[in-house]
Amino acid sequence: MTPPVLNDIVLTNLETVPGRQIIEHYGLVSGSTVRAKHVGRDIAASLKNLVGGELRGYTELLQESRAESTARMVAQARALGANAVVNIRYSTSSVAQGAAELYAYGTAVKIA
Amino acid sequence: MDDPNTLETYDWIAVALVYGLPILGLIFFGFIGAYVERRHYAALRIREAATARLPIMTARTLETGRLVADARLVATEVMISHDYFKRFLAQLRNLFGGRIRSYDTLLDRARREALLRLKEQCPDASIIANLRLETLCVTTSRRNSIVGVELIAYGTAIRYA
Repeated sequence: MTPPVLNDIVLTNLETVPGRQIIEHYGLVSGSTVRAKHVGRDIAASLKNLVGGELRGYTELLQESRAESTARMVAQARALGANAVVNIRYSTSSVAQGAAELYAYGTAVKIA
Repeated sequence: MDDPNTLETYDWIAVALVYGLPILGLIFFGFIGAYVERRHYAALRIREAATARLPIMTARTLETGRLVADARLVATEVMISHDYFKRFLAQLRNLFGGRIRSYDTLLDRARREALLRLKEQCPDASIIANLRLETLCVTTSRRNSIVGVELIAYGTAIRYA
């Protein structure tokens, strides 16, 4: 389990980067993915569902989509010339049956 | 010729299979599910004791005035599901309405597990600030659907200098 931290971009869900000064705002950056459960995972999960407990396949799916949407957000921030994204939020919405969107958004800033 | 209204042995076998198997399944998976849950709670208590030193707060700003050496986003996710027996209980409860007790432990386990994973990601942090919990879905009790809770927990891990 590796946190989505890339060395050149500081990510935080605080309003500022503690101990650093924000010198420029670049505005909203965001990234999203829509994920669906594939059949193989569904079958394995429904078996595991009989006894309950953690469904690892689904946890991994969630992990992948969070990493993906974060990476897209970071790519946007990098394109703007930012070196940090502050006030990051994750949000979800169900697009269709069996598919869900994971949306990451934040404010790209330059810190000194 | 046999009286068509009396049940033959093989009819009884069919009746036993049709009604007996789901009930057997309920009992069997209910016991396994209860065991899995007890074991999870035991593990949660041990891990919580081990990470009790690292506080989590929902406040967005730090007012301690201490020097911060490092701040970074930490995030984790967990998906935990119900067992067959508890799902059956919940469906039953759906008919009459009211509090569904069997969901209490499900949500409790998922949230505690998520917070623990968050803490275990940053053992060297001093505090985790601005914790957010995003619950994805408690799937409805449609037939053959997965019933469970998906959680995303995230916050900023801060290490004081």
